Amino acid sequence: MDYKLPFKEYNKALRKNKLLGLKCIHCGTITCPPKMACQECKGLDLEIVELTGKGKLLSFSTHYIAPLGRDNEIPYTVALVELDEGPWLLGNLIDINPRKMDMNLIGKQVTTAGRVFPGDTYSDGPIARPVFSIVE
Amino acid sequence: MRKVVVLGLGHTQFCFNSPKTGVEMLAEASVEAILDSNLTPQDIQSAYIGNVLGTFCEGQATISQFACDDIGCLNIPAVRYEGACASGSIAIREAFMWVASGFYDIVLVGGVEKATAMGTSLATRTFCMGTDSKYEFGTGLTFPGFFALLTRLYATQYNLPLARLKEQMASVSVQSHKYGMENPHGQIKQEISVDDVLKSMPVCTPLNLHDCCPFSDGAAAAVLCSEEAARKISNKKPVYISGIGLATSGKMTSQYKYLPRLRARELAAQQSYQMTGFRPEDIDVCELHDCFSIASFIAAEGLGFFEPGTAGEAWEKGAAAIGGKIPINISGGLKAKGHPIGATGVSQLYHITRQLRGELAEDGVQVDGARIGMVDTLGGDGCICNLILTADGV
Repeated sequence: MDYKLPFKEYNKALRKNKLLGLKCIHCGTITCPPKMACQECKGLDLEIVELTGKGKLLSFSTHYIAPLGRDNEIPYTVALVELDEGPWLLGNLIDINPRKMDMNLIGKQVTTAGRVFPGDTYSDGPIARPVFSIVE
Repeated sequence: MRKVVVLGLGHTQFCFNSPKTGVEMLAEASVEAILDSNLTPQDIQSAYIGNVLGTFCEGQATISQFACDDIGCLNIPAVRYEGACASGSIAIREAFMWVASGFYDIVLVGGVEKATAMGTSLATRTFCMGTDSKYEFGTGLTFPGFFALLTRLYATQYNLPLARLKEQMASVSVQSHKYGMENPHGQIKQEISVDDVLKSMPVCTPLNLHDCCPFSDGAAAAVLCSEEAARKISNKKPVYISGIGLATSGKMTSQYKYLPRLRARELAAQQSYQMTGFRPEDIDVCELHDCFSIASFIAAEGLGFFEPGTAGEAWEKGAAAIGGKIPINISGGLKAKGHPIGATGVSQLYHITRQLRGELAEDGVQVDGARIGMVDTLGGDGCICNLILTADGV
């Protein structure tokens, strides 16, 4: 059985700032990032839907130690967002100075776009990751 | 199922920049365990070895077979198990199954890592391989980052001001460093204060350097055997593996609403509690996976020792120290003893077995009257293994 939404397609869409997810035909839950089965009812009958990328910030961490080859990105901020459609999404929080980030950001509304990590020796190609901006 | 006994134990120094190879460290810990069992290498029927990054550390795969050959365990089934930082514990679980089933009577378990050979950058990159390479690594998420995200979720979930939570987290590192001073195999011998933790350099906000365990080199090993074999081999009072549990989960966001709790841990713990009939309050001593200070709270709550959101206060009040409600990480834990990832679960088994044998009075860290002990090990996004050891069997 094929993935309804394989990484390649999800990745291609995110590079164009389009966030795709999967809607479960059985229970209606939205799964994102994609999996083969619905993340709630485990149903395999899913359809691809475009998500708004709107959500609220749940957590974040500014990284001062990076994996090999990514020192030039320091400091960068990894963030966890609850999308309006339900799923939680991991991405990078951008457009805000890490020194000005504190717990008051938690709960703020965000929008999502895509940005490409070009990959490294151990990746098999470029990877689009979600980037979040706070809605003022 | 037959009862399974932990017979002999071996443990190398945990350290930075070991002058020994991974094969040598594993071989030395293994021979120590075999001799401690009153056995010879020829008595070992099969070997189960935790190792994660031998390929990156030294360009060495299948480290198990080279070490077994070196020590004279010739031609036996010797297999490497990988579950990121829980590799050692899943190797123990596997070995347990083979002995409990009656297929083998005497087996070797071990674990080894030589992570400091990679340097911090490559080590950080390879540890990231325990995250989802497509849906997580693109963001640059590291494991301190993973637990940093859980830290803010924890603060929000349990309505704790972050500054207060960070003080509580610092008390974990302070306790681990204090007990680590007494562990002859420990990597870090330095007492630290809450202030030292709070003022150490930021790694992944809000986690500082002293909220994080080090990269480490080292190995640990043990001989497991059937109860019947143990009676024939050794006069030593046996320690039994009475409960085992293992559960996994996928990428962090798959667990979404459940976070900051980790479902795999709670399921693994339920398995070993059910297998033994024990409850959290029956456990006398525990070694749990304190890769980061906040991880200790999430683990201790997931194992049922404290109510969610209250572990920090418990640590501060000494509930996790010797004499407290549940002594935790008296070895110094991953933080001070070190965390050579493939070896960690076996090292935890080593320490709990010695507690149950009552051998640690000389080091000043014996939990008086300890009869039931627990091991908890977490690997990657979610491979969580649990063991309950008993001095009396179940």
